[in-house]
Formats: sequence, C-alpha cells, structure tokens
Amino acid sequence: MPSNKSVSDAPISQFINCRILRGHTLQREDLWVRDGKILDPEKLFFDEQGFADRRVDCGGSIVAPGFIDVQINGGYGVDFSQPTEDVAAGVSLVAKKVLEHGVTSFCPTLVTSPPAVYHQVLPQVQVHDGGPDGAGVLGFHLEGPFISPEKKGAHPERYLRTFRSGGMEDLTEVYGGLDGVAMVTLAPELPHSQSVVRMLCQKGIAVSLGHSVANLSQAEDAVQHGASFITHLFNAMLPFHHRDPGIVGLLTSDRIPAGRTVFYGMIADGIHTNPAALRIAHRAHPAGLVLVTDAIAAMGLHPGRHPLGQQVIEIQGLHAYVSGTKTLSGSIATMDMCVRHLKQASGCSVEEALEAASLHPAQLLGISQKKGNLDYGADADLVLVDDALRVRTTYISGEEVWRRDA
Amino acid sequence: MRLVILDDYDLASEWAAKYIRNRIVEFKPSADRYFTLGLPTGSTPYGCYQKLIEFHRSGDLSFKYVKTFNMDEYVGLPRAHPESYHSYMWNNFFKHIDIDPANAHILDGNAEDLEAECSAYEQKIAAAGGIELFVGGIGPDGHIAFNEPGSSLVSRTRVKTLAKDTIVANARFFGNDLSKVPTMALTVGVGTVMDSKEVMILITGAHKAFALYKAIEEGVNHMWTVSAFQQHPHTIFVCDEDATLELRVKTVKYFKGLMHVHNKLVDPVLSIKDQ
Repeated sequence: MPSNKSVSDAPISQFINCRILRGHTLQREDLWVRDGKILDPEKLFFDEQGFADRRVDCGGSIVAPGFIDVQINGGYGVDFSQPTEDVAAGVSLVAKKVLEHGVTSFCPTLVTSPPAVYHQVLPQVQVHDGGPDGAGVLGFHLEGPFISPEKKGAHPERYLRTFRSGGMEDLTEVYGGLDGVAMVTLAPELPHSQSVVRMLCQKGIAVSLGHSVANLSQAEDAVQHGASFITHLFNAMLPFHHRDPGIVGLLTSDRIPAGRTVFYGMIADGIHTNPAALRIAHRAHPAGLVLVTDAIAAMGLHPGRHPLGQQVIEIQGLHAYVSGTKTLSGSIATMDMCVRHLKQASGCSVEEALEAASLHPAQLLGISQKKGNLDYGADADLVLVDDALRVRTTYISGEEVWRRDA
Repeated sequence: MRLVILDDYDLASEWAAKYIRNRIVEFKPSADRYFTLGLPTGSTPYGCYQKLIEFHRSGDLSFKYVKTFNMDEYVGLPRAHPESYHSYMWNNFFKHIDIDPANAHILDGNAEDLEAECSAYEQKIAAAGGIELFVGGIGPDGHIAFNEPGSSLVSRTRVKTLAKDTIVANARFFGNDLSKVPTMALTVGVGTVMDSKEVMILITGAHKAFALYKAIEEGVNHMWTVSAFQQHPHTIFVCDEDATLELRVKTVKYFKGLMHVHNKLVDPVLSIKDQ
C-alpha cells in the first residue's frame, strides 16, 4: 500500500507482533517509524491518511528504547584514556561492537589523565548520532581529575587536581574546551566546587558526584547547585553510616529540590556491587537507578591473558583480574548483561530493568525528549529483546544496525 | 422488523459481528464496488468490534474495499482526546484492520465551519452511493446517534446541542467534571440513517430495556428517536435478554420463536477465503 506523501516522502515502517515499552508498561502495540522518528499512527491515519510502506515482524519481541551507557572506559582492547593518534577510530570500534549489547548511544569515559591527554583526545571525537557504523556518541564523561585522593580508586594519584585557580580556569587548563563533554564527575568537598557545579550545569553538562569523601550535607549542597548524578554508587565514596550517610544518603534525602531527581550509576554485573546493595539502592530510589557498565578495555575480549596498557589482564568468566592476582582490574560487563542481572537480583519488573538502561540515563542527560523512550517524535533507537532480555536486534533511527544470528 | 434476542452481551456482539461479516463477504466488494458501512461508538458495539477484528485476523474478512461513516463526534474536543470518537475508532477498530484511511470517515468536530462540515458529510455519503448497512446503538433515552429526544425524524447531519441527561451520563468519561463534558456534537440525522438500505441497532443491558420497549412496542415518536426505524423496511434489532425486560412476554416469545429463521442469516458464516 502506498504511504501518503503529504507530509514526508520518507518510507514508513510498522513494527508488528511486539510489546513496546511505553508509559512505563509493556503494551501490545505496533510501533511506527518515519524519518528515524517514532510516529503517531493515529495522526498518520486521520491527518495524512497514510499507511506503512513496510512491516517488520518482531516475532513477539519486547521493543525497548536503545540502551544508553553513560560510563564506559573502553572495550575490545581499546582504552579511551590512552592517547593515540586515532582516538576516534577506537571510539568507533567500540561504538560498532556495543550494538550487539543493545547500546545505541554512549558517553566515552576518560579517567583521570594529565592535561595533555584531554587536549589530545577531546577534540578528536565529536558528538554525533549513531547509525549503521555504530552507536551514537552523546559526549564525553570526564571522570576526574577533580576528585579526592582518598577515594581515587584506580585513578593515577599524580594527576589529581583541585580547583586551585578558582574553578573555571582549572577546567580550561585541564580539559581545554568543554565542547563535546556531556558529564563531569567531581568530588564536591573540593573548595570552589560549588561554582564549578553551577557553571557546568549552565553549560548543559551533567555533574556527577564520585570518587569523594563528601558527607551528606556537602553532597546535598552540590545537588542544590545542580549536580544530578552519583558515579558508581557505593564505589569510591564513604561507606554508608547511619549518623552520616555520605553521598549514599542522597537516595533518600529530603533536601532534593522539588521536581528534581538524583540519579545514580550502578555497575550491576554481580561482581562490583553485591546484589543486596543493589536491592537496597533500587528499593530506596528506583526512579534514579541508571545502569552503567563502567567497562574497561578488556570488555569484549576472549578469556585468557591480554596485555592492556601497562598491565596484563586475565579474563576468567565475568572477572577481569590483574594477571597472576585476584585483584579486579575493572568491569567487563555489557549493558544487556546488567539489565538481566538487575532484574534477576532486584526482582524488579522487566519495564524497570529496561528503563534503568534507557529512560533514566536519558533523563539524567536531559535528552529524554529525544532518547530513552518510545514516545511520538522520539528517535527510533530501539532494542528488540526476548523474554529473557537477550538482545535480538538493534535499530538506530529506525534502521537495523545489528541482528543476532539465527 | 427483525428482533434478534441472544442470551447475553457476548453472544449478541458475536451475532452482530457475524451478520456484518456475512453482509460484507456476500457483497463481494472490489475496487469498483465498495461496501459502505455506518458505524457507532460506545460501550455497546465494543464487543462487536472485537469480533470483527478477530475475523480480520483470521483472514476471513477484509475491509480493503469498505468505506465507513461514523455517526457522530463531539464539537470542540481535540481529536487526540482519549474520549473523542476519532480516538475510539482508532483504538478499538481502525488500527487493527486493513481499512484504507481515505475510506474511514468521521465528522470533524473541530471544523471551522461546522455546518459546511455537516453538509459535506451528507455529500460524501451520497457520493459513496449511500450506506449499505448502518450499525447503531442507542442511549437509555432512545436516542440514535446524537439525535436526542425531540429531534426531527427527518433530520439530516447537523450540529446538535446535547441533552442534560446525556451530558450528565458522559461526565464519567471526563473525570466526573460536568464543565469538561462537551455540550455539542455533530451527528448524522435520523433521516440520514433512514436512507440506508439496512439498519442494525444493538441494544444490550437492563438499563436500555425501557428504550427497547419504546422503540418497538409503542408508536413512532420523536421523543424516542430510535422508534423511527419502525418505518424502515430493513431494520434488525440485536439485543440480549436483559434488554427485553420491559417487553411483553408475547413479543419476546414471538421473536424467540423466529430465532431459527434469523440464525440462518449468520449460519453458515461466510469467509473471503472461500471466494
């Protein structure tokens, strides 16, 4: 049947035989797409008297918004923080590979690095939409160097910084420009951090709290100045204490400005966060849970020993160890795995598990009018999963970009 | 007149759907010969639509060469409002079937010139060759479409101010807030429906029993506009047991005695697969 061309010449696709995640529930509905956007079929029918040009049989799949990973350090042997001549190629490789995990856009994440690295890496990668070549880049997540030496984790101490020049100048000095930056993780107890938080938020850059020894009231102050995220909750922060709950206390704080949500990243790989801790966080604040992989270069590599940067990493199952030790060298989780683990560990609904990888990160980044949901007008970045939440097919802008071999 | 009495709502819905299916299949609609179908909204026809969708899904019935004309629509209610009859038809019927959107007609209650919209609607019906089968429901006060009590029995498509009873009854769909209920509607006239070759009225539930009694056991009266169809040569009332509560035993017995004749209309049930 011909589509009516009164509004657009672009072909119309109708995804049938599926359950779509819309309005926080799985609905037995068809999904309509034109021009890479989700289309309101009722308007199409009555206003344009238009039809679908092609029908895509989803075979009973769940159709969810494409996953968004706001914290991924690399994968498939690529470490985004290792300056090379061609960082863009490394980002592209990972962008292509994560399609099979249902990820349709992500924030390449740089750990604490010397200024030269930022100056070299940041200009090489532009924010861009995804497509057949890979997931879209939403902008960098700069994790450090304005973090606490006491909670530096794996970040190299010699490059940690304070806002010694008052804030703005420090950012410029370290990062160069802020173009193409989506999020900055910093420690809110550092002097001058409040004005930095305000300035970053004004520029539309999300501020995340992490690698920090902040107490709850410092964290709440940062939120009141605009911070909206907690980097890998429980990791690299003060442990929860009932007289000073620290950053973790933000999950149930009563000093969050009305209408705002504090989101928190969770590495739900079953290794970096104990399932009980995952449940505590989820039950306390389900609307803020954002799944992140925090994956390192070893993600996606085969079991065995791999020389990566200065280290040799040994992959055994879901663990990546510093070779010859039992020291975890970072996460090799994939996003689809985290979605499955969240559901299984927390007992949450399928809808909640999927939204933690799509809607919530989009809300956190302030892009939920375009991404992270299947509302009319949103980008048709889709992941088709079976009932066990295994990825079957990934779409970006309505075009198939990855399919599991039958 | 035919009065078909089924045990309950589901059976009445199924009977009506089978009848519509047989009429369409028998008609052998094609690109040169469309079947024109008048359609109602509301809770009564819901089950019938469900059955028609089932028939379409099983491949027994196609709406490819069917033109539909809906009876009515609120004035001033945004088309995308969940209570608009556009939304009703989309969600409960059109999105599930293979009808060409160009052939699905509903009055536009947001048209700039409402009177022009109404006369254009009459012209579209005429251009389609008139309505082959008009399916309707009624209100407890016996209104057909929005032809409220007192409407002219020769009325055509027009703007109609709703009766207080109707507005109050509709408030439940608008958060029980009377101020949000539309007070006007566009509706086909009694005369418009009378012009159809055949009319099928669905009446179910005890709350419609008095209206059914007024429709068929008393005289033609503009205070019960559905009674006008006593004068139509091909009218079928399809009802459930509950709707017969106000009828005379004699009436019910007579028509129940005819069920073996009426059932031949839907048995065998026809399919496009056999054509």
